[in-house]
Amino acid sequence: MRIVKSVILAAVLGLGLAAPVCAEEAEISLPHVEWPHDGIFGTFDRAAAQRGFQVYKEICSACHSLNLLYYRDLTALGFSDDEVKAIAAQYQVQDGPNDQGEMYDRPALPSDHFKRPFPNDKAARAANNGALPPDLSLIVKAREGGEDYVHAMLTGFEDPPVGVKLMDGMNYNKYFPGHQMGMPPILQPDLVTYADGTKATQDQMATDVATFLTWAAEPNLEERKRMGVKVVLFLLVFAGLMYAVKRQVWADAH
Amino acid sequence: MAANYTNPIVRWIDSRLPVFTMMRHEYYDYQMPRNCNYLWSFGAFAAITLMIMIVTGIFLAMNYTDNTLLAFTSVERIMRDVNYGWLLRYIHMNGASMFFIVVYIHVFRGLYYGSYKSPREILWMLGVVILILMMATAFMGYVLPWGQMSFWGATVITNLFSAFPIIGDPIVTLLWGGFSIDNPTLNRFFALHYLLPFLILGVVVLHVAALHIVGSNNPYGIDMKGPQDGLPFHPYFTIKDGFALVLFFLVYACFVFFAPNYLGHADNYIPANPLVTPSHIVPEWYFLPFYAMLRAVPSKLGGVLTMFSSLLVLFVLPWLDTSKIRSAKFRPIYKQFFWFLVAACLVLGYAGSQPAEGIWLVVARVGAVYYFFHFLILLPLLGKLERPLPLPTSISEPVLKGSGPVPAGAHAKPMEKA
Repeated sequence: MRIVKSVILAAVLGLGLAAPVCAEEAEISLPHVEWPHDGIFGTFDRAAAQRGFQVYKEICSACHSLNLLYYRDLTALGFSDDEVKAIAAQYQVQDGPNDQGEMYDRPALPSDHFKRPFPNDKAARAANNGALPPDLSLIVKAREGGEDYVHAMLTGFEDPPVGVKLMDGMNYNKYFPGHQMGMPPILQPDLVTYADGTKATQDQMATDVATFLTWAAEPNLEERKRMGVKVVLFLLVFAGLMYAVKRQVWADAH
Repeated sequence: MAANYTNPIVRWIDSRLPVFTMMRHEYYDYQMPRNCNYLWSFGAFAAITLMIMIVTGIFLAMNYTDNTLLAFTSVERIMRDVNYGWLLRYIHMNGASMFFIVVYIHVFRGLYYGSYKSPREILWMLGVVILILMMATAFMGYVLPWGQMSFWGATVITNLFSAFPIIGDPIVTLLWGGFSIDNPTLNRFFALHYLLPFLILGVVVLHVAALHIVGSNNPYGIDMKGPQDGLPFHPYFTIKDGFALVLFFLVYACFVFFAPNYLGHADNYIPANPLVTPSHIVPEWYFLPFYAMLRAVPSKLGGVLTMFSSLLVLFVLPWLDTSKIRSAKFRPIYKQFFWFLVAACLVLGYAGSQPAEGIWLVVARVGAVYYFFHFLILLPLLGKLERPLPLPTSISEPVLKGSGPVPAGAHAKPMEKA
């Protein structure tokens, strides 16, 4: 019996150890960033998320939509209602039809979705050399590696290794699956000027925008973890009580 | 019977519809073998998980839209804008995984202690029906968010039926409601995903009814010979299952609150796109062993038949196992092969998660052959060849050893002992 169990244990462990070795050839290991929102007590770094929103607004939003978000959602990042109103008002959105049956443009309100850069996917492709910039609302949840991947990919552009021939208009990225990416290495140092004086290095901008996009993909992350801690603590105490009662009920049965 | 109740309302109801008597009979006085261990709690976990799935599912359905253009965003609306929608969805999503973990342990417990043997054959077969219904329900539920894996998983699985000659293509057309996976497919999957859990509930009622006719098996696999071998379900097993249930909820809660997407696949957060195939289509983890068997066979029809047979073989298991001894505790050779079967299933599951090529294809083939070898060849032979260990004469004999005879009043007033 012992022998069988240890054989199985060895087999399963062996599989577990062998698997990453095999996988290494195909997959690329992503550098892990210590995120403040990791772990069971994690919370978003609000300052980083606000800076990340600035990076999105000034750079990414030229091509990438954020369709699932409303401007009102930004209050969760620490923007006041008036600030959100001001941010929304910078954009013109189409509304209507009015009483004359005509569509008209008006400044966006906090209750509007984030304005998308292109009217449709075909327009997006036409403007981007045939590549479709994906919507970023869920990008952190829709990629293996999550925010680590977003951060790594944004900082992973480099010259192609010798012998790799890039297709026309493509850029080499060591973390992108297939390595050939339609997106150019857009995050150049000091491309944005942070209001809080943080130096806008490439890594800083990538970290900030990954934080912002994590919040965008999972706006309930903090509430979820806070509730989780309470639920687990409650269940631990409850389990202790239940065990005590169980021992007492069974005391005469053993 | 009704006279037993002092409350006049209870007495009035019970003499007209004896629900109280029934509940008392099935969940209070029902005798459980006293040596049942915590593995016997997994049936209760499964029943509770089914309830959780139905309740969360009903509330999700109130906010879900079964239209290919809206399904994905309606799920995200639940996640973002519906009050505690994220909680409902994560409970439901992880609940599917928990349901399968619990049921797989429940099934392997049955395999280990021989719970499928006479007189529990029908009980076991109803359990296999539940498992198959669960798989159908889980598969259709996974399609509903209309993400990439939803769409392409549905494409792979529904296409399996086209392997059957003559009837194959009409079946696929019926499943799709057209000539490709589209809105009609989503509509019927949603309708069926809502319907099947209630069928499962019905079969669970039959499963429990059959259980209470023949009684629970136990770690010794021998029958109860008298009241000294059993304990009333309440309070002994209500409290034991209750305590175990809290531990199960702890595990469940850790997934829901701290790693809600760990068991899922990132691609399903990309909206379905019929024009872009994911590089690597994988089903949910609980289907991986079956997926490995499907891909292990070079012919499509062969793979489909192998996969379905791996479940169908469980129906005839009570007659394949020729040993009269139920529990693996007293079957030294079967006990070892049981663990080989567990290992084969785990290895098959891992192989199913890898691309079907090179070493993993070989591993899947070996695993699949071993799986069928276990049921079709080993079990019939082992019953004849194996020399079982001597069985205990009764359940209470080894359990109560050293503590003297049972005090006469022990069962009647268990709570009075403080």
